[in-house]
Amino acid sequence: MKDHHEPTDPTDAGPADSGRRAFMGVAAGITAAVVAPGVVLHSVTAAPRSEAVTSDVRWGLLIDTAKCVDGCSACVDACDRENGLNLQNKPASASQEHWDDQKAVWIRKVQLQDNQTGRVTNLPLMCQHCEHPPCVDVCPTGASFKRADGIVMVDRHTCIGCRYCMMACPYKARSFIHKAVEDQLTRVPRGKGCVESCNLCVHRRDFGEDSTACVDACREAGHEAIVFGDLKDPESSIRKHLAEMASRQIREDLSLNTGVRYSGI
Amino acid sequence: MAKAAVRAGLVAVGLAWVLVAQVVLAADAKTYVLEGSKAAALESCVEPTDVMRRKHMELIKHQRDETVHGGIRSSKHSLAGCVECHIRSDADHVPQPIHRKDEFCGACHAFTAVNLNCFDCHASVPKGPGAEQASHAAFQAVGADRSVQARPDGEDH
Repeated sequence: MKDHHEPTDPTDAGPADSGRRAFMGVAAGITAAVVAPGVVLHSVTAAPRSEAVTSDVRWGLLIDTAKCVDGCSACVDACDRENGLNLQNKPASASQEHWDDQKAVWIRKVQLQDNQTGRVTNLPLMCQHCEHPPCVDVCPTGASFKRADGIVMVDRHTCIGCRYCMMACPYKARSFIHKAVEDQLTRVPRGKGCVESCNLCVHRRDFGEDSTACVDACREAGHEAIVFGDLKDPESSIRKHLAEMASRQIREDLSLNTGVRYSGI
Repeated sequence: MAKAAVRAGLVAVGLAWVLVAQVVLAADAKTYVLEGSKAAALESCVEPTDVMRRKHMELIKHQRDETVHGGIRSSKHSLAGCVECHIRSDADHVPQPIHRKDEFCGACHAFTAVNLNCFDCHASVPKGPGAEQASHAAFQAVGADRSVQARPDGEDH
């Protein structure tokens, strides 16, 4: 409780009060000096990268298949919008079935069924961002590459569309653009004759945002089945989740050390 | 012998003439910067104009590798920045694709008969929320005032 027996006359408390004010001023200054760099640092992270990415971080996803709901396609739709995949047009000559097969997709909702028990698991499957990516091994031009921060990408300037990487990928994660494209988004250039796949919303990474489109969409849909983060940071939420729950890589037998982990399979 | 000398002389004169013609032509060369684009309101491009005319393709090429492999998005040599600054909107404020034959990139490339294929893949008009971010970054890198407003042709004169 506060003591209410303070002097009521303001002149009484004059010198002591001004001394306190001076102290408060200095304290505020020191606080600002200590805190401000942190604040500035925070606002800088929203600015675009001016230094090349380093291997101090490794981006990854953790997908809790127990929370991934049957029939929900929030992550797929958000990915389509974020990366301009919804701007693809079906060629008039193609049948719908053929087009569904051929159009570029970065996330596929895959359903697994255990034949013994009948248990069904849903999981979104995208580029797994392997530490040792087979697509990079086989690429004849060096277009398929792994960025220092662990994102596996295609440099479409050098991609010749040979599709070796599509053959090499154990996850069927890569797509090929068969037809000339118009109306591309500025942030996601796209052209005929190149292979592409999930790049963990690389434009968001480079502008310092802290999530991906699929993670945001999953949270908005109320499922929170996907966690994005830095696998090298012990304090990151993805590492904390990984420490708490059992998780697996898909095709662990290939020893690719994927950046995308699944729990509940 | 004399014939060879004459021939050599003629070649030399021809070469000199080509050089002179190029300099003269360059001096009063048409400017391709479009009225109504932001670029028209700025003093110069991200580098001096003569450097840009000769080297823009090299600048962009280096930048593309730094962006794709290093994630550097704050360079002033950014294709999104080029488009944002040189794009012209028509009277209805609809941005016109920059590689069209009468627009900034397309006009010069048509004149010089150089194939322009950046826009087979890249957006030829600023499009999507990322466009805003990318072009803002480019303007920041140059230190230019992004508030320079582009006016559609004919609105201010």
